[in-house]
Amino acid sequence: MEQLEFDYPEANRRVSKRAHVGVAGSGDMELLMEPAEAGVAHVSILTSVNGFEKSWKAVIDRFFAHFDGAVRIEINDGGATPGSVMLRLEQAVEAIDQ
Amino acid sequence: MSAQPGVRGKAWFQALTGKDSPMDGDPGSVLAADAKLGDESARFLCIVPNPNARFPCARHGEAGLEEAYALARRIREAMDIDTEAVKRPIVAIVDVKSQAYGRREETAAIFLAAAAAADAYASARMAGHPVIALIVGHAFSGGFLTHGYQANRILAFDDRDVVIHAMHEEAAARITLRTVEGLERLGHEILPMSYDVQDYAKLGLLHRLLHVQDSDTPTVATVAQVQKELVDAIADARAGATDLRNRLESAGALATRKAGLAARALMEKQWSTA
Amino acid sequence: MNTNLIPAFVRRNSFIELSARARAESLMDPGSARELVGPFDRIESPWLPMQGIAPEFDDGCIVLKGTIGGEPAVVAALEGGFQAGSMGEVSGAKMSTALDLATRDSKNGTKTAAVLLLETGGVRLQEANLGLAAIAEVMASMRALREYAPVITVTAGTVGCFGGMSLAAGLSSYIIMTREARLGLNGPEVIEQESGTEEFDSSDRALVWAINGGEQRVGMGVADELCLDDVGEIAAAVKKCVMAGLPATHRSQQVEPYRKRIASLNVTEQIDPLVLREAWNHERYSSGKGGSR
Repeated sequence: MEQLEFDYPEANRRVSKRAHVGVAGSGDMELLMEPAEAGVAHVSILTSVNGFEKSWKAVIDRFFAHFDGAVRIEINDGGATPGSVMLRLEQAVEAIDQ
Repeated sequence: MSAQPGVRGKAWFQALTGKDSPMDGDPGSVLAADAKLGDESARFLCIVPNPNARFPCARHGEAGLEEAYALARRIREAMDIDTEAVKRPIVAIVDVKSQAYGRREETAAIFLAAAAAADAYASARMAGHPVIALIVGHAFSGGFLTHGYQANRILAFDDRDVVIHAMHEEAAARITLRTVEGLERLGHEILPMSYDVQDYAKLGLLHRLLHVQDSDTPTVATVAQVQKELVDAIADARAGATDLRNRLESAGALATRKAGLAARALMEKQWSTA
Repeated sequence: MNTNLIPAFVRRNSFIELSARARAESLMDPGSARELVGPFDRIESPWLPMQGIAPEFDDGCIVLKGTIGGEPAVVAALEGGFQAGSMGEVSGAKMSTALDLATRDSKNGTKTAAVLLLETGGVRLQEANLGLAAIAEVMASMRALREYAPVITVTAGTVGCFGGMSLAAGLSSYIIMTREARLGLNGPEVIEQESGTEEFDSSDRALVWAINGGEQRVGMGVADELCLDDVGEIAAAVKKCVMAGLPATHRSQQVEPYRKRIASLNVTEQIDPLVLREAWNHERYSSGKGGSR
């Protein structure tokens, strides 16, 4: 089990809504997206699968390449694929940008 | 040392009631008797092995279809008799291997039979009968939910052969892909997974953990000791509520069930503003 | 678009495909539901991370308070996609607290029904004794609420309702199932493990549904309503039960009739589920709702 943390100081656009997507089942993940108190984006991941920090960083970097919201993202991961991770992040953005 | 489920249950039932056979019309696997306990009469119930049981999967001390409905019957009978009288205590002597694992049982809806027994115990408790579970041996999953877990107060012998758990070690090890030793080690780290009754006691669900000399073989002295504990538990039950809140208010619960208690407290707070 | 050209099964809105949260929402009057102790409150299992298992922010139990058919109601739904909907310390606490608060309100004059969406294998093994204790407490809380308001269980699949939680289903005022759903104390794999393949071949899917499936359970009279896997139909069935209120008697209190049925079963061989269905329907005992299915 690993706890990973990532910061994105460039992501500082104020957001006002929050979102919850997914189920922390095997092969799946769950995330909470809320306005970040600190005014910049922070991502926390609790994953049951060790050794994939680089993969996580790659996906989350890619996500923040086109998203600038100051969000706090918390993830409970049961082994989701990078594709699923991106999908969940995008679903969350849809919910908060509505 | 007796590791065979049901043997201790029968021995303690006999010792506490002076009887060793079922009531008329009940299956051989359910012993029920009214016997003196302190100053009053209490109804004692016990599931025991019956090699002649009609259901092949219910011959070794399992809680099966016949057992569940026999328990429900004898509990409700006591409730009916005591409708206008003092509510007699109901004592479940628990030494039950498990629920019955069989196709006949599933076909004939054992889930409902088990619910009927639990319903009877809970209804008796709610009607004011002090319901006491005395765990003298094994208390596993569906068997314990059927017979004993709806009690006001639970007592257990502090003994290596007393095991309270959701699943037998061999099966649990298989399912979690561990060895039995590995599972026991895990139980030392993860309190609710432990097979040790002393760890179970830390969860705050027990009223009392009883230190009884040679729990296999009741003696005059140990029977008197257990009777006194039962009488105390009955008085404590009568002095308290008819629900199970005592399980959440114990020192053990406050120490080991913090997350559950936090969820409860938060829901109570949010309920009124919802 | 002419919707009459769309086959009924395509028009159907699957309930089974919904998450537990979406299922719970679908049953409540639109706009009336508020989630209690939801994922943003982050009350998770303390035991799962200790074993390297990712917890869930709502511990796999979703509680919504609102109205059904205008009547106050609380829905507690188990997420079958998380740890097979198993009962742990937190999920169990959420369910029994919801029931207890419904009972408190009912005692104080606001009758509040409870609907339990049970997709569950029973006790969460990783929390063993706290899961088992939680089930006993849920059962006690259901029994207490039943003095005032109905407790309705819905099991739609795909997980079904097994283990200790099947006793909770058995205590319910009403049980609603789909054909895809199964309800039983021991799953076929467990029976096969404990009593051998001769006793139950868990790979025989037809046998599994013939014994535990929704059509059989409703047919033999141990569950109340058989619904298509359709949100509208299931929501309507739940609403009907809420409006019906308490049945005249509860099935788990009908001891003598069932005791006699069990006593008269021929158990020298396995029991034919269809034969049993017919036999039990013949002498169906009314639960106050009347009718047979």
